[in-house]
Amino acid sequence: MSRVTAPPTTNGRPADDPLEMISRGETPPSEIHSALQNADAVVEIDTFRLWYGDNQALYDISLDVPRGEVTALIGPSGCGKSTLLRSVNRLNDLIPIVRMEGDMRLKGDSVYGPSVDVIELRKRMGMVFQKSNPFPMSIYENVVYSLRIDGENRKSVLDEVCERSLRGAALWDEVKDRLNDLALGLSGGQQQRLCIARAIAAEPEMLLMDEPCSALDPIATIKIEELIDQLRGAYTILIVTHNMQQASRASDNTAFMYLGRLIEYGPTADIFTNPHLRATEDYITGRFG
Amino acid sequence: MSQTPDPSVPASGASSDDAASWKKRRPRARTSLFAAGEPMVWLTGGALIICLVMVVGLLSLVLYQGLSTFWPQPVIKVETPRGPFMGEITRINEYVPRADAFSDLPTEWQAKVADAVEMSSYGEIRRRLMRTGNFRLTQNHFSWIEDPIVEREERPAWAMVVERMEWGRFYGELEAFAYVVMLESGGDLDALIAEQSGSGALRLVVETNQGMTVAPLAERAQHGSDIVGVARLETDLETAWADYHDYHDEVRARWEKRRHLEKHDTGEINHRQEQARLTVRKAEIALDGARADRNEDAIARAESALADAQAAFEQVRAEGNEAFTEIRGQIDQINRENSRYQVLFLTAGEGALPPRLALLRLDEIVSAYPANRIGFGGKLGVYIERWGEFLTAEPREANSEGGIYPAIFGTVAMTLIMAIAVVPFGVLAALYLREYAKAGPVVSAVRIAVNNLAGVPSIVFGVFGLGFFCYVVGVSIDELFFEARLPNPTYGKGGLLWASFTLALLTLPVVIVATEEAVAAVPNSMREGSYACGASKWQTIHRIVLPRALPGIITGMILAIARGAGEVAPLMLVGAVKLAPELPIDGVFPYIHPERSFMHLGFHIYDVGFQSQNSEAAKPMVFTTTFVLITIVATLNLATIWLRSRLRKRFAGGQF
Repeated sequence: MSRVTAPPTTNGRPADDPLEMISRGETPPSEIHSALQNADAVVEIDTFRLWYGDNQALYDISLDVPRGEVTALIGPSGCGKSTLLRSVNRLNDLIPIVRMEGDMRLKGDSVYGPSVDVIELRKRMGMVFQKSNPFPMSIYENVVYSLRIDGENRKSVLDEVCERSLRGAALWDEVKDRLNDLALGLSGGQQQRLCIARAIAAEPEMLLMDEPCSALDPIATIKIEELIDQLRGAYTILIVTHNMQQASRASDNTAFMYLGRLIEYGPTADIFTNPHLRATEDYITGRFG
Repeated sequence: MSQTPDPSVPASGASSDDAASWKKRRPRARTSLFAAGEPMVWLTGGALIICLVMVVGLLSLVLYQGLSTFWPQPVIKVETPRGPFMGEITRINEYVPRADAFSDLPTEWQAKVADAVEMSSYGEIRRRLMRTGNFRLTQNHFSWIEDPIVEREERPAWAMVVERMEWGRFYGELEAFAYVVMLESGGDLDALIAEQSGSGALRLVVETNQGMTVAPLAERAQHGSDIVGVARLETDLETAWADYHDYHDEVRARWEKRRHLEKHDTGEINHRQEQARLTVRKAEIALDGARADRNEDAIARAESALADAQAAFEQVRAEGNEAFTEIRGQIDQINRENSRYQVLFLTAGEGALPPRLALLRLDEIVSAYPANRIGFGGKLGVYIERWGEFLTAEPREANSEGGIYPAIFGTVAMTLIMAIAVVPFGVLAALYLREYAKAGPVVSAVRIAVNNLAGVPSIVFGVFGLGFFCYVVGVSIDELFFEARLPNPTYGKGGLLWASFTLALLTLPVVIVATEEAVAAVPNSMREGSYACGASKWQTIHRIVLPRALPGIITGMILAIARGAGEVAPLMLVGAVKLAPELPIDGVFPYIHPERSFMHLGFHIYDVGFQSQNSEAAKPMVFTTTFVLITIVATLNLATIWLRSRLRKRFAGGQF
């Protein structure tokens, strides 16, 4: 593995350094490690671009999320990682001024194609948000929400799904005696695990997590990370995190984004111990960002 | 200690030198009074106090007047040079008498009044307004009694306050309970007297144009054909009063039965005849239609249908007339029985009129009590009974007496129909504005228009309601479904339904604005969570947004109810009436009649207070009715607030 070296420029960086290119307004090619170039991908993102009004937020992102693994998106604030995550289940469609180009494929099916049923698409993915957002209803109804909206009303089916999902989210033992209590009465960590239970209730093909631990205390964070570890294999997980330690602990692959560009993408072990690019190394070691 | 002490730290432990230098080095500007903010406490607090004083003052006036009206007052009898007066004191004030005000009195009395005027500092004398009642005898409900001309004042032990079905209050001293036997037409008076003589004092019952009275048997020749019967008197007053109690319930029950026969049974027969008449009219219309089409078959069918309907109508009419005769017979029977029990009173004689014995039929008396004999318990009983009558009975005497039940019913029914009509429309409109419509100039314009709608004078809504609901929608309904009744309008006039819809329109902006705010307050994260679960827009609104916004929507409903229940001006145009003969719900098919005119408390207040013949007597009713209206609005509001707090517990939880 050889570092790409180039003649230094005036500010001490080589002219083809990604950060230098970005500062000139160019889009550097993403450095994608060979281990991930032919992976068995659940989601394939293909030169995806996105604008908020006139501001471009994502530049030519191409990225494959491998099946059954945990893929982390890291990068400084405003680099577009949440935007990218929300683009996968088309939640950005709800914002009137957003415009996209390029496409994604979920298991080969186009996400942004003209004939796509957005509601069906979202049912294939579960999402966990930065701030836990249990619905104003009972714990039970929260978990079976996605089944209810599909018109499933058989008690036996709902009971079974509720227990399986709550066990899957490691919350069953704590709430099994008060399933009919209001979900808003749970603690913050419990609420977030409830949201995870809700996200996996419909057995989605993948899980999207948008900084799921940022509003939680360390104990609750550890519980969620353990939960992510348990879900690995059964679910393909794409997780946005601010926390480098969390990315290194919990993920199999890590993608580093900066100012709307994907800079480097590779197995977590490589990214953290042996990054190909100096920009990645600088960010991981805390020299900028 | 440092030479330059930190100015932000008070020199508590510093030496006196240091403290002095610190003070010298920090000359403090005099803080402006307004910068310190203290005067604003007084200003803001004062504004609040003024608001509170006004609101509390209004409420306590209504409360005091409303609650004290029905408390029985003593009956006072005064002797004046103008004659005796008896009644209840309703008002006291001081006034400056006109120079010729007492010129009708003997000179010694004029001198007395002049002395009294002389003695007072402002040339004023006190006078009391006495409710003397007995309108049929005196043509007067109230009399002013000036203090200086009062010769003697007493509270007669057996002075009675009598509330009657007609002719207003009656004040008189109880004389006797009378068992009356009416003379059959062409009957023999001698035989009657012979039959009844024996026990108790026997008197002749004489009819005069001021009501019934009694006369001794000796005056038989004097009264001649005015004698309608004989009365055996129970003159022991305690026994007479006990008899009154014994027979009053029974007589009133019979009277209620008579009223039921008159109103309900007769009404039912009328209704049946009207239905038969309408069937004939429908058949006629059908025949006209068939003739216009020149369809021979149809004409033949319609002709035979018309013949059938006419035959049925004739039969119904014959049956009805038979039934009428029967009902009339029953009513006569009840009247005969009731006329046997009467009460004899002695009036004080109002002014120039001499005292007079007045015989009142027991079934004409709603209630009577000896005001000066009853103690606190008795007064409380009268008070509660009067409230009971006020809340459950129909108005009498051009609304100035009796109850307000139809108005309570109309107000509550109208408010509920209004709430049922306005909430769904307001919520749906607000949901479209907030959830579906793309923000832009059009939506802003709509929002401004809706807000401005709240500022349109309510009478304009009344005019619109009359023009649109009554004359466009109502007339169309009449032409389509009630053709046979034309030219009498069914829906094409003011009524409960149209009044409710008019008020719904009036309160729509309140609901829309409240709902919009409640919907906007639902955190976006919840909507996103729902969408991420694969919910559609409507599923998200229906399952997440609406439950979460429900308390806010109910707040809008509370405001709408408070606004709508107190509104009067538009109702005058679209269906509120002074006196509604029938409630919008009764026993006649289809039982609910939303097209009927109704009574409304707000309009009742206006009518009683400002349109009444006997406004002095009606004035207390204004306060009691206001009190009831405020209580109803408060009750409706409390019920919804209770509902809201329950929903809030259920949907909102501790966190936002």
